[in-house]
Amino acid sequence: MSDTTEGRPDGAAPAIELKGISKAFGAVQANKDISIRVMPGTIHGIIGENGAGKSTLMSILYGFYKADAGEVFIAGRKTDIPDSQAAIAAGIGMVFQHFKLVENFTVLENIILGAEDGARLGPSLSKARKELTQLAAEYELNVDPDALIENIGVGMQQRVEILKALYRRADILILDEPTGVLTPAEADHLFRILEGLKREGKTIILITHKLREIMDITDTVSVMRRGEMTATVKTSETSPAELAELMVGRKVLLRVDKKPATPGANVLEVEDLRVVDDKGVERVKGVSLVVKAGEILGVAGVAGNGQSELLEVLGGVQTGTGTIRVNGQEIDLTGSQSDARTRRARGIAHVPEDRQRAGLIMDFKAWENVAFGYHDDPAYQSGLLMNNAAIREDTEGKIERFDVRPANANLPAKSFSGGNQQKLVLAREIERNPDLLLIGQPTRGVDIGAIEFIHQRIVELRDEGKAILLVSVELDEIMSLSDRIAVIFDGQIMGERLPSETDEKELGLLMAGITDTTHDHSVEEIEANLARAHGEVH
Amino acid sequence: MDFLTVLQILDSTLRLSTPLLLACLAGLFSERAGIFDIGLEGKMLAAAFFSAATAAATGSVWVGLLAGIGASLALSGLHGVASITFRGNQLISGVAINFLAAGLTVLIGQSWFGLGGRTPSLIGGGRFEPITLPFAEALSGVPIIGPLYAELISGHTIPVYVALLCVPLTWYILFRTRFGLRLRAVGENPAAVDTAGVSVVGLRFAAVAICGVLCGIAGAYLATGLQAGFVKDMSAGRGFIALAALIFAKWRPWYALYATLLFGFLQAISLRPDVIKSLVGFNVQIQLLDALPYILTVVILAGFVGKAVPPRAGGAPYVKER
Repeated sequence: MSDTTEGRPDGAAPAIELKGISKAFGAVQANKDISIRVMPGTIHGIIGENGAGKSTLMSILYGFYKADAGEVFIAGRKTDIPDSQAAIAAGIGMVFQHFKLVENFTVLENIILGAEDGARLGPSLSKARKELTQLAAEYELNVDPDALIENIGVGMQQRVEILKALYRRADILILDEPTGVLTPAEADHLFRILEGLKREGKTIILITHKLREIMDITDTVSVMRRGEMTATVKTSETSPAELAELMVGRKVLLRVDKKPATPGANVLEVEDLRVVDDKGVERVKGVSLVVKAGEILGVAGVAGNGQSELLEVLGGVQTGTGTIRVNGQEIDLTGSQSDARTRRARGIAHVPEDRQRAGLIMDFKAWENVAFGYHDDPAYQSGLLMNNAAIREDTEGKIERFDVRPANANLPAKSFSGGNQQKLVLAREIERNPDLLLIGQPTRGVDIGAIEFIHQRIVELRDEGKAILLVSVELDEIMSLSDRIAVIFDGQIMGERLPSETDEKELGLLMAGITDTTHDHSVEEIEANLARAHGEVH
Repeated sequence: MDFLTVLQILDSTLRLSTPLLLACLAGLFSERAGIFDIGLEGKMLAAAFFSAATAAATGSVWVGLLAGIGASLALSGLHGVASITFRGNQLISGVAINFLAAGLTVLIGQSWFGLGGRTPSLIGGGRFEPITLPFAEALSGVPIIGPLYAELISGHTIPVYVALLCVPLTWYILFRTRFGLRLRAVGENPAAVDTAGVSVVGLRFAAVAICGVLCGIAGAYLATGLQAGFVKDMSAGRGFIALAALIFAKWRPWYALYATLLFGFLQAISLRPDVIKSLVGFNVQIQLLDALPYILTVVILAGFVGKAVPPRAGGAPYVKER
């Protein structure tokens, strides 16, 4: 472990210094004796897998949790942070992964909430409006102060969160996984803002699991693993491979190792598919696509552009209009045969996007979860009763083959980590030998080690000649797994590309609904496009 | 139907709307802060009993009013502790309060007064008396405006005017003050309030307390203004009608006034079968007329009157999460 005190102006105290922070939730030690030091005017990355304790550590710094042991120093002074109020007073601002905004309030109202200047709202609002104009000019933080949060895109919502912190005179800004919901162009814009803040002397802590972001923007980086700080290094002196190894504790393969695809006959044919949601808004607007045997078609797009609905219709949990054929035979989309069970019988397996809501019942045991959807399998029956012993035995086999840990079929789904939950769902679906696998966000909330395993399984399935439709908001995942990429925006396919003939930039523009990818587009243009689609949805 | 009859019905609409309006605004404060309160009914009932009992004992309606507010506040506190501090189920807590009030009022009433759960009839200073607004006499000679002012606007008891004043006041507090902004925020997204460094628990207790005070006035008015004493179950579902009106009003103060006036009007005409008969030409069953407000309640709660979006964090206890 190396301490990064180089380049520090003489006598300057670290903006933040944590000494020996520990925090346990019951038997789980979320943070173990963590010490870290961040110099003012720098961008410090904290990287680690899900559950490594990054968010817990930052929540302690923001007064959300109380540490069991340890001390916090802000600008050299020992500071007690019992609640968010104290954190704000100490000059700390936090942009949470899930924004803490009031949806039906205006931007301005959200910014002043909790930092009003008096009992009457009028003066606070006009003062904030003035200050907002200044901040916007200074840091490229353009927002419409009178827009309702629910009517603006996530990019702008995030800027509102940053403005909230700056309005409270924050010198230290913590951002928790800020790029998860952004298009690549929006993420670049965010990084420009952060660079600007850094130039003004603000200290920034960036929590992320994306190695590329760490390499691009941070000055120093700390790696966390299982509640411990395993290293703090200068970004310029490390590499993605080294960081990944520090995160996981062993060497990992960052690229998916796969042979070129050998596509066969069409397995899935979708023509002019339309889906209207329960509010009467058309979410999928005439999608047509084909997935062949032995290939992975990746659907890229910013969350909320119709990819979830597409997956749900194909999986039989949502109704739609249009034509869907599997192995040449048409599928019933609205009638009595339009359910998930009939789909399964037709050789479609579905790993839903939200495994905790739609893939598993969290309080049920692993073996009970493995039977879901296949509970009428004769192998699981014994006369009128379920043959629980057979299901348990089958589950134990799956647990072994998919390396699920802990290897105990009797544990409830909620006591497995995200990656192991996903392996359970995956095992249930792909061991049924489907012709077509629908898989949504296969590695959301999954640790790097498990990502590697899941990706390998998907590629193996492809090599066995199965058709795979992959929906993911992680562009890296789409790029490395897909044999073909379709980009969805506002319920429509904007175009198809081969991974070898495209790049993140082009896909990013398509994800923002811009099909003319031959020249550069401004962030404003991209945002306007996104906001238009977003506005239609609301 | 003459002008005077119309005035009489409207006059009685105002009086009958008052407890509904107060209870509706009470619910509005509570639910805007994210605490659902089906215990409005129980709080009104408890306030009605304790205000009547105290007014009967002391001979002062004002002391009675304070006792009513106190009783209602105590039940609000109970609801707050159960649903905010201990994060219990808000519906169950509300139901418990309703049962508690229905049982306790009669039990204590019987033990104190031995009148089968009733309080003695209130006389003199034990009741709210109508007050005559200035110029009512002088203007009564002027056609239209005179009777309108003297009959409809003047001559009500103080709680009626208080209730009406509460409407703009509620609007101002909710939409023009810091407290209102925070209160609405805590009902929509308590995490936003918490991370902004404001106490979610404090705000919600404040809202529940305001709810208690308003319910207290509503209940006291039932026993000491609208009627002269407490009788068993005298709130007669008004707390639930107020909840229906709140949904109908989409949790907005001015709409709450209109909604409760409509319910009050239905209650007022059900008291005048003679007018109904002269309007429709035949006798309408009195029971049917009595049932009108409740029928409208069912219709509203079944969602026939457009889609009302309740405060988003309503009904859910706030638990910190990362």
